[in-house]
Amino acid sequence: MNEVLLLHYEIRGGDFIHAGESSGHVKNILKRLGFHPNLIRRTAIAMYEGEINMVIHAGGGTADVKITPEQIEIRLADHGPGIKNLDLAMREGYSTASDSVRELGFGAGMGLPNMKKYADDLKIRTAVGKGTTVSILTKVSRNQG
Amino acid sequence: MSEFYHSVTLNSESCKGCNNCMKRCPTEAIRVRNGKAHIITERCIDCGECIRVCPNHAKQAVSDPLSRISDFPYSVALPAPAFFGQFKNLDSLDQVLTALKQIGFQDVFEVSRSAETVSRYTEQLMKSDRLNRPVISSACPAVTRLIRVRFPNLCRNVLPLLPPVEIAARMARREAVQKSGLNPEQIGIFFISPCPAKATYIHMPLGTEKSEIDGVLSINDVYLEIVGIISRIEHPEPLSQSSRIGVGWAGSGGEASVLPSDNYLAADGIENVIKVLSEIEDDKLDTLDFIELDACCGGCVGGVLTVENPYVAKSRIQKLLKTLPSSRQQHRDEVPSSALWTVPLEYVPVMKLHDDVATAMKMMKQIEDLVQEMPGLDCGSCGAPACRAFSEDVVRGLASRGDCIFKRREQVQRLVEELSSLENYLPPPFRKPEDEDGAEKED
Repeated sequence: MNEVLLLHYEIRGGDFIHAGESSGHVKNILKRLGFHPNLIRRTAIAMYEGEINMVIHAGGGTADVKITPEQIEIRLADHGPGIKNLDLAMREGYSTASDSVRELGFGAGMGLPNMKKYADDLKIRTAVGKGTTVSILTKVSRNQG
Repeated sequence: MSEFYHSVTLNSESCKGCNNCMKRCPTEAIRVRNGKAHIITERCIDCGECIRVCPNHAKQAVSDPLSRISDFPYSVALPAPAFFGQFKNLDSLDQVLTALKQIGFQDVFEVSRSAETVSRYTEQLMKSDRLNRPVISSACPAVTRLIRVRFPNLCRNVLPLLPPVEIAARMARREAVQKSGLNPEQIGIFFISPCPAKATYIHMPLGTEKSEIDGVLSINDVYLEIVGIISRIEHPEPLSQSSRIGVGWAGSGGEASVLPSDNYLAADGIENVIKVLSEIEDDKLDTLDFIELDACCGGCVGGVLTVENPYVAKSRIQKLLKTLPSSRQQHRDEVPSSALWTVPLEYVPVMKLHDDVATAMKMMKQIEDLVQEMPGLDCGSCGAPACRAFSEDVVRGLASRGDCIFKRREQVQRLVEELSSLENYLPPPFRKPEDEDGAEKED
């Protein structure tokens, strides 16, 4: 039987001060569970980037985390504006963040590239005007041996 | 010696079982049981926050009595830089050093002297690309221990250099052997410490198997011994070999600000330290070169074994710095391997729920469910610092659900409701037509 731990978070849009609380919570839980430090790091950073994206671009959304002893799946879903050009968005340094957001120190165009870098699998489904769902997968096997 | 030595201990007689220390502990290492605070030893990092907040002075730091210096034919005092900030109207460091010799030490060796050495070594190490950026200072043992138990990914960022006090101990012993002609083991090396974390360090050193320090005296004990003498010293011996760089280590920022790179951050106070460490962990401070972290507010002048308010002490240190040469040591081209760590810093997962991930996950599920049921007031009446910590204790089998007074109250309320429904119950022959509704309904 495979053990599964599910976590759910509501992420508020525009709340830059508290952005990162969900990924911080997941990080602490993973430490308690005894996962490899590198897996914890990769998962926490990838989720943080996704969380921030929803805060900046999508007016918030939800995060669902599914932890098993083998892997961690994070599904970030929003009803925001969607991503017009996904290829461009995956490029380092490309961002559609507004000036006011950039003034806060966000919108460096590293969100999706970082997610790709740290995740073992990244799936993005997006529809302009409807929203975006990002699925991040990190695997325990990558940190073994 | 047991696996965990702590210099922070509890005086049970003075402890009233209040929850001040428990709420303040940064590693949730304290529980109140049977009216007394208990320290979970593997979690304690000896930061001394509990000593600071205890209104009954029940939390203490173990240090050696001054009489121990006579166990050795030749004893050397190693005053921490913060020591100099404790005295009013000091004209020079020599007054304090001379006074130390008058109370029984054969010699003195200022830790600020080796602090300058460590600054030079750090500068040199930073030039090479061998260190992971940002480099985190290893000078505060409470911070280093905190990283070891809570920030597994940052162990590799910690500067692998022995702290100034350890380097001072080694240099002092060598010097004393030369001066006295005695054997190294006949020399007693005594650190005058601002904090319990450094007192713990000599029993459980970081980065090395064994510390060269023979004993730790607290700043407040030694202060009382010499404060009266100092004003009477008319001709202090010219003993000081410290510079501004070294003595500046007494306060937060003193270590980082003398490095060539301006790209540094210095944080003090354990809560600020934790925030900074979390940010480093999330790659948010990856553009910085160096990070100095001090568990105590204000840096070492804020240590719990000091006498003076940290801000007053810092102000005095600022004044004393003006009397000192800016530096006394040359730049170093090489860092001797004797100054480097021989024991790497390794993650000690004391917060881990279980060795088996699947079991840990089961436990975590129960914890998360229990947290939802909890009142969320973090009142501490259950003897745990927060509802989440309590939930964890319950699942670990260290507490029982009914220890929560709010959970207990719900039970009582249910009982009262049941009693009142029993009380109102009338058997059918005694009911009136209008009472039919009041009859007990079968579930």
